[in-house]
Amino acid sequence: MSRIIATRAIRGAHKLVARAERELAAAIAEKGPDTRVEFPNTGYYLPISHGILGLRIETLGGLLDLLAEAKELLPPVPSENLWLPYLGNTLDAGMATLFADEIIEAVKYTRTPLPYLPETHPKEGHLWLGAANDVIMRERGIEFVDNTAPGFAACVGYCPTNEIAVRIARELQEKNLYVFMSAATEGKSMARQLAEEGIEMGWETRLVPFGDDVTATIHALGFSTRVALSFGGAQPGDYQRVLRYNKNRVFAFVLALGPVDDEKHAQAAGAINYGFPTIADTDIDNILPTGICTYEHVVSPVPHDRIVSKAIEVRGLKITVTRVPIPVPFGPAFQGERIRKEDMYVELAGTEKHGFEYLTGKGMEEVEDGKIEVVGPEIDEVAEGSQLPLAFWVEVAGRQMQADFEPILERRLHDFMNMAHGVFHMGQRDINWVRVSKEAKDKGLRFRHFGSIIHAKIHGEFGKIVDKVQVKIYTREKEIMDLIETARKAYRRRDERLAGLTDEAVETFYSCTLCQSFAPNHVCVITPERSGLCGAYNWLDGKAAHQINPTGPNQPILKAQVVDAARGQWQGINEFVFNASHKTLQLFSAYSIIDNPMTSCGCFECISCVLPSTNGIMTVYRNFPGMTPSGMKFSTLAGTVGGGLQTPGFIGHSKRYVASGKFISAEGGAKRVVWMNRDLKEELAPELRKIGRGEGIENFWEMIADETVAVTEEEVLAYITKMNHPALSMPPLF
Amino acid sequence: MSNPKSIDSTVNEMLEHAKTRGLETIWDRADEQKPHCVYGERGLCCRACYMGPCRINPTGKKPQKGVCGATAEVIVARNFAKMIASGTAAHSDHGREVAKTLLLAATNPDSGYAIRDVRKLKRVAQVFGISIQDKPKEKMALEVAERALADFGRQEGEISFIKVAPEKRQAIWRKLGIVPRGIDREVVEMIHRTSMGVDQDHRNIMLHGARTALADGWGGSMVATELQDILFGTPSPIRGQVNLGVLSKTDVNVVVHGHEPVLSEMLALAARDKELLDLARSAGATGITLAGICCTANEVLIRHGLPIAGNVLQQELAVATGAVDAMIVDVQCIMPSLPQLCKNFHTLLITTSPKAKIEGARSMNIQAENAYQGARTIVREAIANYANRGAVDIPRDKMDLVAGFSHEAITYMLGGSFRGSYVPLNDNIINGRIQGVAGVVGCSNPKTTHDKGHVGLVEELIANDILVVQTGCSAIACAKAGFLTPESAVKHAGKGLAEVCRAVGMPPVLHSGSCVDNSRILIALSEMVKVGGLGQDISDLPVAGAAPEWMSEKAIAIGQYFVASGVFTVFGIGLPVTGSELFCRHIFEEYKDLFGGHWAAQPDQTKIAGLIIDHIHAKREKLGIGKGKERVLFDMEMRRQLEV
Repeated sequence: MSRIIATRAIRGAHKLVARAERELAAAIAEKGPDTRVEFPNTGYYLPISHGILGLRIETLGGLLDLLAEAKELLPPVPSENLWLPYLGNTLDAGMATLFADEIIEAVKYTRTPLPYLPETHPKEGHLWLGAANDVIMRERGIEFVDNTAPGFAACVGYCPTNEIAVRIARELQEKNLYVFMSAATEGKSMARQLAEEGIEMGWETRLVPFGDDVTATIHALGFSTRVALSFGGAQPGDYQRVLRYNKNRVFAFVLALGPVDDEKHAQAAGAINYGFPTIADTDIDNILPTGICTYEHVVSPVPHDRIVSKAIEVRGLKITVTRVPIPVPFGPAFQGERIRKEDMYVELAGTEKHGFEYLTGKGMEEVEDGKIEVVGPEIDEVAEGSQLPLAFWVEVAGRQMQADFEPILERRLHDFMNMAHGVFHMGQRDINWVRVSKEAKDKGLRFRHFGSIIHAKIHGEFGKIVDKVQVKIYTREKEIMDLIETARKAYRRRDERLAGLTDEAVETFYSCTLCQSFAPNHVCVITPERSGLCGAYNWLDGKAAHQINPTGPNQPILKAQVVDAARGQWQGINEFVFNASHKTLQLFSAYSIIDNPMTSCGCFECISCVLPSTNGIMTVYRNFPGMTPSGMKFSTLAGTVGGGLQTPGFIGHSKRYVASGKFISAEGGAKRVVWMNRDLKEELAPELRKIGRGEGIENFWEMIADETVAVTEEEVLAYITKMNHPALSMPPLF
Repeated sequence: MSNPKSIDSTVNEMLEHAKTRGLETIWDRADEQKPHCVYGERGLCCRACYMGPCRINPTGKKPQKGVCGATAEVIVARNFAKMIASGTAAHSDHGREVAKTLLLAATNPDSGYAIRDVRKLKRVAQVFGISIQDKPKEKMALEVAERALADFGRQEGEISFIKVAPEKRQAIWRKLGIVPRGIDREVVEMIHRTSMGVDQDHRNIMLHGARTALADGWGGSMVATELQDILFGTPSPIRGQVNLGVLSKTDVNVVVHGHEPVLSEMLALAARDKELLDLARSAGATGITLAGICCTANEVLIRHGLPIAGNVLQQELAVATGAVDAMIVDVQCIMPSLPQLCKNFHTLLITTSPKAKIEGARSMNIQAENAYQGARTIVREAIANYANRGAVDIPRDKMDLVAGFSHEAITYMLGGSFRGSYVPLNDNIINGRIQGVAGVVGCSNPKTTHDKGHVGLVEELIANDILVVQTGCSAIACAKAGFLTPESAVKHAGKGLAEVCRAVGMPPVLHSGSCVDNSRILIALSEMVKVGGLGQDISDLPVAGAAPEWMSEKAIAIGQYFVASGVFTVFGIGLPVTGSELFCRHIFEEYKDLFGGHWAAQPDQTKIAGLIIDHIHAKREKLGIGKGKERVLFDMEMRRQLEV
């Protein structure tokens, strides 16, 4: 009977709130109420209290407000007979639990050394990662949007054996789900079990160990809350939207493994508020009627071999995974894995050997679907530690196939190869580099399986435009050198075609509303000279995606009449944006940062914003954790730009857009850039120098300040004045 | 007893006791009235003028017209419409008193009344279009009270609460021209139209009958409920006890009976007053028991958990225990037989409303202004009277219950402070765990076995996975049968409904309050439409209403406003309309197209259940959820369509 669940959850909430009160009082007594609390490098205040209650907690003393809220919510334990309705109370107890969790975890972050690693993956002897920082969240955000990660499993407790833990982790990974692990039971936790088995963990492999305390579960729900604030356009304190957004957009669930104590029941009750059901391997009773979650709320007991598929069904999740016939696990979760030299069996291409990857369209009769040839030695014919050249020669045919799609399909070979467990892939075209692990080789992976991967994935993802795929894999120098020039000629031809593509040269742009799964009112308009702000989609991608899925998120938009050529406004675009933004945006300018700039979902690679006193702008890449001259870190800046809101003076954009001739051209273009974080500046050096030369300024790149010379707006102004930066003599921005 | 009067053994036991003591009860008088007048029972008797009285021969023989020429359908329609007007007047006059009390609370800090639920005050203010920005609660309450009072006397426009109804329902009313203008105006017009020689078209009479009834449900009753919540607190689930066994052998027993909580709230306070408790002890009692009868009982139960002695037919039996030291009555459903009965005991009978006096009872004029002092005086008198108690005979039976399911409480119960909504209710209706919702309400009537209609019907409905919402004496009947305990879900409810009850921790039968609180059911139905998935209008919902043991004109007003709001409504006992086939066809058939809801009459509670179950299944089929809804798994594309 679910009264048992209610009773245990409410009891657990009482215990955790009492614990939070104790630990907070002790911390205040020791360190003082003004001691700062934060989850490092997160743009928001403590996420649950900020998202749900709108509180802005910055100090230990501030946590007392949250404690008061938690206590206020604590309901009585249901009576044995003639009980009063307990579902609402249980959910309130769950929320009180999350508040208590947040207090306890925030207090932990005031300790030195920090109990959690700042890195994205565990290190020798340190397993737990704690709260995700903003860089992680924005990088991972896009995966939740474009379906590479359909959701996450918050795993609490431990499995009966390490082997079962590994099997469940792998199954979740193969379903593309993130695995968030917390809450040890009697010192045993799933994350520790995976560690004992030498499984690579971290955000890269989607196996994320948050912490062994039950309260570390808050980092999973904190992540969800931040997603709602960053991408969902939810205002802090608008708990209804935060929670509804999670129910309908973030498809997460809780796997309760092993014994479930009162405190874990309380966490489950907290998660149900978010629409996340709990599936347990032990018998903790059921809550089957629907309503708070999409389907059932608690399902138990479920055997381990069915627990993942049951959880997916209960959450109402549809996951379509292309079955790839290879002897190692396969899925996006394996994309982030590294293969160290000592684990490597063979290395292909890279800096030591030649190689290339080439995909081309052919006539239907010229391609035999599924034909895979390996020209040169197979993996089992070479010694461990060998270095070999490598070329992929992929031929595809299909009635909808166009030459413009060749580079799009070709570029995806990188993703496809990386998805195989034990295969590492870098680069593209003629700078490819592949490693295969010993483990994969031992499991039976062969070079011909590269062909199987490419064949299956192209059919899976591009089935609408491609009917046939054949793959040749070359591992011998002679044949590779015979073919490499043909490939290089094709690369050059494509580059010229892309360079010739200007906004004026085309009639249609493409919309991208992929992110509306996360940011419901945001619309990207992708033009030949302004790629999607995530950096993942350019105009040709949009075109191909539309062919593949004519009713999908990428729609052609006729520009129609020009409204303002300089700012980049067209009648057709405005109308589309108005409708697609659910009537929240009247219009926007493709080329302006000031006048109705384009909105952002939250997945942007970079943010540019005006530094008023310099008459210029600064641009920061999302990996830069430091302070910027705007007075805000990237994470804080992101809070003002994301969620489909139009903020004059701020835009989110891709890295490459900086090099485009249409980069804020209404305000004079890249010449306005007065500050850039050093790494980005280095990366874009060739393009920036070229832009400078085009303007007749030889040392333009040097004129741009970075964090090594300026971290405040005053310092930027001083630096660019010294350097005589062109922005100073440009017309005023406002 | 060969043919028991009630299915409640406590009642039968007390009747035996009364018989041996030679006391007359309602059942004795009911027997004396048999056989009932066949013209009156069928609605065929006209006393609209003194050319008559006239009657139409129901066998088809002469006379078929009244002296003025009125046909059967005109006479039936006028009689039925007059009942609607009376019922509407009763609920609405109650509402008016509440609005006046709110006005008093807002303007006089020493009145003893307070503004207890500010959240609800704000919500009502918003419905009324009153700005709540930076206003102290007294100012808000003043404006709300003035606005509510204005709704009684408004001559044109629309009453305020109409806006709570689903858009589509409002549009239907507007198209028919029956949105009430002012509550009093519609009642007056109804009485005018049904007087001699005015409206002679049964359809036209009943169209205004609908308008008048809407002025009750969405007007007077809703004003009463919503403003009472502001004043006395919005009910939330609370435990209580019911039946004559709640009367105490050793406490001073004060029984409140009637309808308006304005005084009973003060009595509830006085009964907890330390000074008075001490006084009771010094008089040799152990304390003070304040128990209720009829709807006043429901009001003090859902807000304070105070015990209920019984429903309307048990008022005399309470006195017959000899344990009632004072019975306090205000308005509606008070039997004139009480003073005579009280003479056999020490029981002090006090009428408190200047609108309702009874020969032989003590009359105290208690208004909102002096209610607390009045309440204290009453309790003092009851204590003083304790010493006069003779032999008492209190039945042992009493039953536990959980009540207090206001619209707000249901919202909270289904999701807590953060996720509270009707979504889980709609969801489980859509997936078929709950087949539908039925409101089972209304009076008790000695024409049928007491409580059998209510209990039999509700038992059948919950066994068929239909969630039951109750008010009034019907709720008291089912409470006595134990249906209002959460445990009853396991015992009596169907598998699906029981599962939902277990998940929520609720009983399968939800007690929402007194008879004016039927307006809570209107709000709940509107919310079900708003939440979505079950159509665009109340008439699309898989719901129905029933009053299996009705007797009061108020019940007819309630039935008519539910029907005019789109709800299929079945009355037990019979309806005083069977004298005209044309009229019957109108409200049983033609109403389906007109309102999407219609009347039915069926004396047998098992058959009522059948009608309701069939109706709910038909609505489910129409919504495409006849077989429940299949599980949909969402891919990314589908997720983008989901509303956030």
